[in-house]
Amino acid sequence: MAAFAEPLAASPPDSMVPRIVRVRKRTRDLPGTVTLELEPADAAPLPRYRPGQFTMMYVFGVGEIPVSISGDASDASRLVQTIRSVGAVSDAVTLLQAGDLLGLRGPFGTAWPTEELVGQDVVVVAGGLGLAPLRPSIYHLLANRGQFGKVVLLYGTRSPEEILYRRQLERWRKRLDLQLDVTVDHAGGDWRGHVGVVTRLIPRLAIDTLHATALVCGPEVMMRFVAAGLQDIGIPESAIWVSLERNMKCAVGLCGHCQFAGMFACKDGAVVRYDRVRRLMGLKEI
Amino acid sequence: MEGLERILAEHRLFAGLGQEFIDLAAGCAKNTRFNPDEYLFHAEDPADWIYLVRHGRVALEVAAPGRGAVQFETVGEGEIAGLTWLLPPYRWGYDARALELTRALALDARCLRDKCEADHDLGYALLKRFLPVLVQRLQATRFQMLDVYGRVR
Amino acid sequence: MQHEPSVIAEDGLAALITGLRADGFRLLGPTRRDDAIVYDDIESLADLPAGWTDEQDGGHYRLKRRDDGALFGYAVGPHAWKRFLHPPLLRLWRAERDDSGIHITTDPDKQERLAFLAVRSCELHAIAIQDRVFLQGPYVDRHYQARREGVFIVVVNCGQAGGTCFCTSMNTGPKATAGYDLALTEMPGEPHEFLLEVGSERGAAMLARLPQRMAAQADLDRAAGIVAHTAASMDRQMRSDDLHDLLRDNLEHKRWDDVAARCLTCGNCTAVCPTCFCTSVSDANDLSGAAERTRRWDSCFTTGFSYIHGGSVRASPKSRYRQWMTHKLATWIDQFGTSGCVGCGRCITWCPVGIDITEEVRAIRGGSPIGRNGGGGQDGGA
Repeated sequence: MAAFAEPLAASPPDSMVPRIVRVRKRTRDLPGTVTLELEPADAAPLPRYRPGQFTMMYVFGVGEIPVSISGDASDASRLVQTIRSVGAVSDAVTLLQAGDLLGLRGPFGTAWPTEELVGQDVVVVAGGLGLAPLRPSIYHLLANRGQFGKVVLLYGTRSPEEILYRRQLERWRKRLDLQLDVTVDHAGGDWRGHVGVVTRLIPRLAIDTLHATALVCGPEVMMRFVAAGLQDIGIPESAIWVSLERNMKCAVGLCGHCQFAGMFACKDGAVVRYDRVRRLMGLKEI
Repeated sequence: MEGLERILAEHRLFAGLGQEFIDLAAGCAKNTRFNPDEYLFHAEDPADWIYLVRHGRVALEVAAPGRGAVQFETVGEGEIAGLTWLLPPYRWGYDARALELTRALALDARCLRDKCEADHDLGYALLKRFLPVLVQRLQATRFQMLDVYGRVR
Repeated sequence: MQHEPSVIAEDGLAALITGLRADGFRLLGPTRRDDAIVYDDIESLADLPAGWTDEQDGGHYRLKRRDDGALFGYAVGPHAWKRFLHPPLLRLWRAERDDSGIHITTDPDKQERLAFLAVRSCELHAIAIQDRVFLQGPYVDRHYQARREGVFIVVVNCGQAGGTCFCTSMNTGPKATAGYDLALTEMPGEPHEFLLEVGSERGAAMLARLPQRMAAQADLDRAAGIVAHTAASMDRQMRSDDLHDLLRDNLEHKRWDDVAARCLTCGNCTAVCPTCFCTSVSDANDLSGAAERTRRWDSCFTTGFSYIHGGSVRASPKSRYRQWMTHKLATWIDQFGTSGCVGCGRCITWCPVGIDITEEVRAIRGGSPIGRNGGGGQDGGA
């Protein structure tokens, strides 16, 4: 198994200059979280991408931020991205409306190792907004269902009001070929589902841990707890993949901001195999 | 009672404790059933029963002023709803409410506690089995406290 | 084709300067300004810092007069050649918005060919290191590429070891072996001459236009002796063959707390280091409604460098110093296949509190401090 998923080759002539795209559709997922569907504003087609990659979105006069691609990678006619408002630029992105123009660079970064999942039981563990960069891999798993063994999606978030893509999760839950469990950290009286951290759902997994691969995405603390929980049931750290988050400015490995020890999160990540980063993730302020 | 003995003997928490224990526990055990929204116990009740959930889901919750009930954990099939019966003063600190039709095997905790006082080997063996569950719950609770997902704006 | 070395005198050097400028190069070289020797446009021999040397130590830089008229009798100053290849400030693009959309324009590539005069061997290695960063990764920096292409390089092999130099420990000098067009070794005195070695066909063609004589064995011996003397008189040493694993395995060494108590996180080291390349981008609007994106040098020592929502990953000064040093000496190797350090000593000289990277490495390795003249300590050699 390769330690890193390979980045896509061949950059455009000037990878620091955005192209202009337009918001085709805007969906408010949660307070402060929005999904935008983008279309080209020039003659060129939308970029192809792989699950787990991100783009740099530029709001005119405000700034640029990395945003996860959260759509179906096999659909070349749509580019779907989910953003949460956490600062000035992300706030401006979430306020864009259908018809607005913005700048786009990318896609950048490594991808979830979908080729390596063939023949395996697959456990996807998402926490909070981490469900967004994992969603393209879920689309892939469901569209090619016959290639995989058991497919499990575990999703943890703060409360029932903060479940991302809720209606879609409820639709997926009805499928007979997918195990989907949602848990929340706490809930009011009328929630009937699981309450507790997402790691609590791990010991009960009925999968073949010798032939299982896990994709994990969420806050860094959550990924560490989940990776430990997966290892407790026998999935080795070489079969666990996580997604790093670091300060990104150029997204092409040249500005130095996203470094995580020897790795550039923008080009050697964000998706990395856990055995490569476990020790580093346990060190403070690396 | 043969069904109860089989359930106990097969459960990982009681495996290897010997037929004598199984007989004893089965002797003080009973099948229980709770309809949706029925309570297994309330805060301040004496913690005299060990509920081993066999089917369904139980919410552990507290009532917060102005917020109504806040669930902080759910317990499902194969799990024990609460461990407060292990330690004095043997009083529940929270409510346990069935979220759906729930069947649980209830073991008499007083009976078990008396037996452990009399037979320290048995007491030690049981503590060794329940302590890991307690520790896992503590770690999960700490993770929960970190509130890692952050607040949506 | 093998070219024999020549010897030129001051008139030959003046002819080199004139020749490069006449060929259309923008000639950059050392000159004295603001009590330092910096790199700037060179128009004639008179611009060079004749008769000046630098006195350097931890947190100390002074120019002193020499008793000969050597033109290159100093080590390195606060400038590195990166300021011309990887500019401190660069406009990436400009965007305007009107009814028909957002329009982005970029500046045309500068039609300027650069020539560098008096590049030290360590600096040549630093340029090669930045070439790997900007030209050999999956994304090429086209601004660097445009500036780097065709740069005419005239090396000066060092005639003295600077007070903070340790190039011998990093295998980057004092003599340049490849990657240049011409290389000078200054032989001060009467006559004032320079051994001139050719490194490329282009260099040979330039040499052919200069007044020169063939180098005799005595010239070669003298030049070799000068360089050997430089190498032998280097005060500082740093064992560098094991730094990758040493630093990787000591990320929680207590020495980091020690240096954190001294480090001001001022970022001087990153500004003067010839290989540091970190940048940031900023967006600004003007009153006409246009927006510009600018790239500028940045430093991993700033508190905001590693900021993600919620706070900076590297908040403490300790973590930022550790990041800089482990990147420079260890993780750079993982990223680019070589060390990031060329042993030029600038970070030591320009640190206001005199933090010495060679000393920090020694402390982490567990050796005892080395006296000023190379005595004592467990690891004296390169």
